[in-house]
Amino acid sequence: MLLNLTINGEQRSDNVDPRMLLVHYIRDIANLTGTHVGCETSICGACTVLINGSAVKSCTILAVQADGTKITTIEGMAEGDRLHPLQEGFWEEHGLQCGYCTPGMIMTAADLLARNSNPTEAEIREALEGNLCRCTGYQHIVKAIQFAAAKMRTSKAA
Amino acid sequence: MAVIRDVMPSFDLLQPNSADEARNILAQRGSDAWVLAGGLDSFDWLKDRIKRPKVVVDLSGVDELRGIRVKSDGVEIGAMTTLTEVAQNPVIRENYGVLADAASMVASPQIRNQGTIGGNLSQDTRCWYYRAGWPCYRAGGNICYADTPEGRNREHAILGADRCVAVNPSDTAPAFIVLDAKFVIRSRKDERVIDAEDYFIGPDVDITRLHVLQPGELFTAVRIPFTWASSRFYFEKIRDRNVWDFPLLNVASAMFVSNGRIDRVRIAVNAAAARPLRLKSVERAVRGMPPDAATGEMAGKRAVQGAVPLQFNAYKIPLMRNLVKRAIGGVEEAKWA
Repeated sequence: MLLNLTINGEQRSDNVDPRMLLVHYIRDIANLTGTHVGCETSICGACTVLINGSAVKSCTILAVQADGTKITTIEGMAEGDRLHPLQEGFWEEHGLQCGYCTPGMIMTAADLLARNSNPTEAEIREALEGNLCRCTGYQHIVKAIQFAAAKMRTSKAA
Repeated sequence: MAVIRDVMPSFDLLQPNSADEARNILAQRGSDAWVLAGGLDSFDWLKDRIKRPKVVVDLSGVDELRGIRVKSDGVEIGAMTTLTEVAQNPVIRENYGVLADAASMVASPQIRNQGTIGGNLSQDTRCWYYRAGWPCYRAGGNICYADTPEGRNREHAILGADRCVAVNPSDTAPAFIVLDAKFVIRSRKDERVIDAEDYFIGPDVDITRLHVLQPGELFTAVRIPFTWASSRFYFEKIRDRNVWDFPLLNVASAMFVSNGRIDRVRIAVNAAAARPLRLKSVERAVRGMPPDAATGEMAGKRAVQGAVPLQFNAYKIPLMRNLVKRAIGGVEEAKWA
């Protein structure tokens, strides 16, 4: 089936098998391997991407169901060499160890910060409920998102 | 197409653009067709190869099944509206807080962004023997693996079991029942509108399904009247973890109090039986009583009459008693503490 979509600002048109999952399309066809496959059962959140700005688990949607949408993956966050404030936050606040969950964490956080520029710690933790991390204990991830939120508010004010 | 992944099995995918087209496809394909809404229930079945439909009918492109519309006599929610949209909608939050609460406690944020109201109400049971493809009663066999001396049945039924002891896992179902919602179901020939509580069935009626939706039928919308809008609501969900888990039990109630007495009330629980249970005998017993701890105590005891525990789920009986107690009498008590 023919699939037309925009992924990180790039328009694509590909012929895909109807049963292909979006996460496999992103990794194998669009060659954007920053999005990870974790549990494949919509639990862990490693495969989270934004579809029209909304965080979804790309292992639980067919690629062809994303026809006509705008998708953002972790590769779409930085502008050239300039890291997105969320990426910078994960760097500065030590928000990752093995890094497997990180792309999903960042995409989920991007959805949150687009809706709520000044989230409380409780709101951040609630937003991350669909993302599992087995290394950090989440504390540094929460700090990383607080870092990003503060930085994004400052740059918006400037 | 260099890479072929077999995580998903192959099937014919049909993507109707209108409700009429969807109804025609479903009528033609009958029981061969698998209706795909948000996919959170469907994808597990398909990936595990437990269910092997020939045709998958994807409703995600049918725009008329989405959205929340305010009408003169209530609010209509399209069956493909996401749980996030329901949880965040200002009209729902203002008038039907019990539904907003229930929807916001389903699973996790991403799942609420994908999962739909129609899907949440129509999802299958999570009994793992059944989900794993064991040939149990519900799957057409002649045994219940959960109801054996060694069966793992901590999450299973305490009421209404009949051969099968699986429970309905929906969080929004009891909320819709207390709001007296109507479900709109269309086939190619006609439309039927049924009360929320009549949508769900136990194993005594049909052991292979949790609801009355037949092959060829399309669940199009939920209509909520203003009858219970802005009444005193209560929703509580008990689960092992604060996220993702299905309810061990949940309770929803709506109540109008006048002169310190319960005037009108509706209360329902889910995950206690194969269908969400409206507790009519509790409703009758508490009418005219003050919504206090003593009435709650009485209501809780009445709610669990006839409950039969399995090997590992006896805790559900005091849990249900306490949830009903809090729904009826506990709200005011908590404020004094």
